Amino acid sequence: MAKEQYVSLYKQYSKTIKKHCSELLNKFRDEAFESLCNSDFYVHSEEKNAINLQPAYDSDFGLNFNRVDINADPYKIFRCDVPNINSYLCFVVNDKYYQNTDQKVKLPNGVVVSSLNTISETNPDLVIPYLFKNMDWKNNPTQAFNVTFAQDGLFIYVPKNTEMEMPIQVVNFMYGNSDIMAVSHNVIVLEEGAKLKLLVCDHTSNDSQYLANRVTEIFVGKNASYEHYKVENTHNKMTNISNVLVNQGDNSKLLTNLITLHNGYTQNNIKIDINGENSETVVCGLAIGDKQQTINNYTLIDHARPKSNSQQMFKYILDDQSKGTFTGKILVQKQSQKTVAFQTCRTILLSKDAHIKAKPQLEIYADDVKCSHGNTIGQLDDTAMFYLRSRGISEKEAKLLLMYAFVHDVLENITVEALKDRVKMLVEKRLRGDLSKCSGCIICK
Amino acid sequence: MLIIRDLHANINGKEILRGINLTVNAGEIHAIMGPNGSGKSTLASVLVGNPAFEVTQGEVLFYGKNLLELSPEDRSRAGLFLSFQYPVEIPGVSMVNFMRAAVNEHRKYNNQEPLSASEFLKMMREKKEIVELDSKLANRSVNEGFSGGEKKRNEIFQMAMLNPKLSILDETDSGLDIDALRIVANGVNKLKNDDNASIVITHYQRLLDYIVPDFVHILYKGRIVKTAGKELALVLEEKGYDWIKQEIEE
Repeated sequence: MAKEQYVSLYKQYSKTIKKHCSELLNKFRDEAFESLCNSDFYVHSEEKNAINLQPAYDSDFGLNFNRVDINADPYKIFRCDVPNINSYLCFVVNDKYYQNTDQKVKLPNGVVVSSLNTISETNPDLVIPYLFKNMDWKNNPTQAFNVTFAQDGLFIYVPKNTEMEMPIQVVNFMYGNSDIMAVSHNVIVLEEGAKLKLLVCDHTSNDSQYLANRVTEIFVGKNASYEHYKVENTHNKMTNISNVLVNQGDNSKLLTNLITLHNGYTQNNIKIDINGENSETVVCGLAIGDKQQTINNYTLIDHARPKSNSQQMFKYILDDQSKGTFTGKILVQKQSQKTVAFQTCRTILLSKDAHIKAKPQLEIYADDVKCSHGNTIGQLDDTAMFYLRSRGISEKEAKLLLMYAFVHDVLENITVEALKDRVKMLVEKRLRGDLSKCSGCIICK
Repeated sequence: MLIIRDLHANINGKEILRGINLTVNAGEIHAIMGPNGSGKSTLASVLVGNPAFEVTQGEVLFYGKNLLELSPEDRSRAGLFLSFQYPVEIPGVSMVNFMRAAVNEHRKYNNQEPLSASEFLKMMREKKEIVELDSKLANRSVNEGFSGGEKKRNEIFQMAMLNPKLSILDETDSGLDIDALRIVANGVNKLKNDDNASIVITHYQRLLDYIVPDFVHILYKGRIVKTAGKELALVLEEKGYDWIKQEIEE
């Protein structure tokens, strides 16, 4: 649908949308809609070579304004197969949160894992200090689109000094026989000294055209530690537009690791506001693309306080006609002395038609900082290749070993061992050219 | 085992080898010496199939097979091994994975079952001792951060793992102190038997005190210009290469 159709869609259905949602979720809906009307659908309009996402929205997608339940229990029909992972599992099917009623594991006292829509109705005081606080929909049409249409999502709250040993695993599951769009909004809050690891798995049920626009607002309090893993393992007709918007406090630790094994069109916007001193931030990602896949990563690390450390590392392996972009901006504000900020993006192009556009941007207003960026684009190292082959390893196997070595350091940035093993296995399968879907995925059965 | 006849090879259109003839039989050790730029390393590279070099003429038979037709991996599987002058660092590929892949490809080629994890690790342990290779090195990435001496020991360790018929040691002594040289040479000698053979490429007599050759060949301007017993190396050590050059020019 063209922009005008989304505009008239909202005008026609805004009452219905609001009827099913909490006051909090509706609060800025009309305002965001105004922004959307005034925008031109670009993903980040402040950028000169903004990516036009309109083609992604083109299909005649269905949206579930009336909040109709799917006629199945996602916990029964789908197993995201990470063996030996002991996690607290929850599902967002399309854009609707499904509470796990058969949860064997108990959450620590005070930890909340809930539907955002439900909790903002039953316990608004818990949500109000955070909801929409990291957003900038006036300048970002995908965020404006999200606030306009989002009716639900995941809400996680970890209270002060509570350490969640067990990771929470959320499966974003696209389900339905027609072309479907899911617009969801997640809020994750870690109070002072809290600890959480979140694993986000993106999956699809069948070969319909899907589009997801998901915003995740994350608040990492003073001395808190948060790890965010996303593994995209879907199909070529899936468009995934994701905004991960983080606010970090003093002495906090953040790790985000976004892994695209298989998808059609991926747009990751990662914005980290470092609003605390002595905080540590690691932002990394791995993209493996072939056929006509596109994987775009846009990062903005805003060092607003002194003495913090950020590191970014992105790796791309692109084959066939696949495309990737990396736009990584480091902003060091005037008061943020003693900042350390590094960024690397490395790409291997396996075919002549594969395409990468890498663009580092450093904006530094403080004078006592250490910052660097590096980009490399190339093919596999011929001398290493020959060395391996001279030991009897076939060309194919040598290529695989080198590709695997290339992505190795991104995978080492996974601290959940069971997940690391699983992702390593999936990456190896993917690099071998096998379908990389989880064995639990319905489409493979 | 190995028969080289009238071998010519180019790199970037420049002829480096200009008609090499050499026969190596099982149980023999051949030393190849010669001044810088004479083509010693090129000969080693061409034999193992480095794609940077182009063979323009001649033939190489390895156990009667046309070696030049084989891919580098098949040459290795057939029993050829090069100890690199400059071993390559490969960050992210662990020594264990590298060697397991190599050993199992060799076994597959010989119609053997792949080794189990415990069998393989046992083999690694045994072979490491031959070159006194630190256990920690085996857990690291291939050659990454290894010292010069460790890299060369690692080459001989790989040789021990793959048990080649013909090993070519390309300036394995360069960059080694006396202790490391002795360890490396001892490793090579331990692996020596009546069924295999070695070609030792070196500048100096020093290595040949430890690895005693049956034949010494002098390579000059892409040809073997002189062949004699081990005493030739001593003459070279004493007199240098000038007298050879003079002899040729005359």
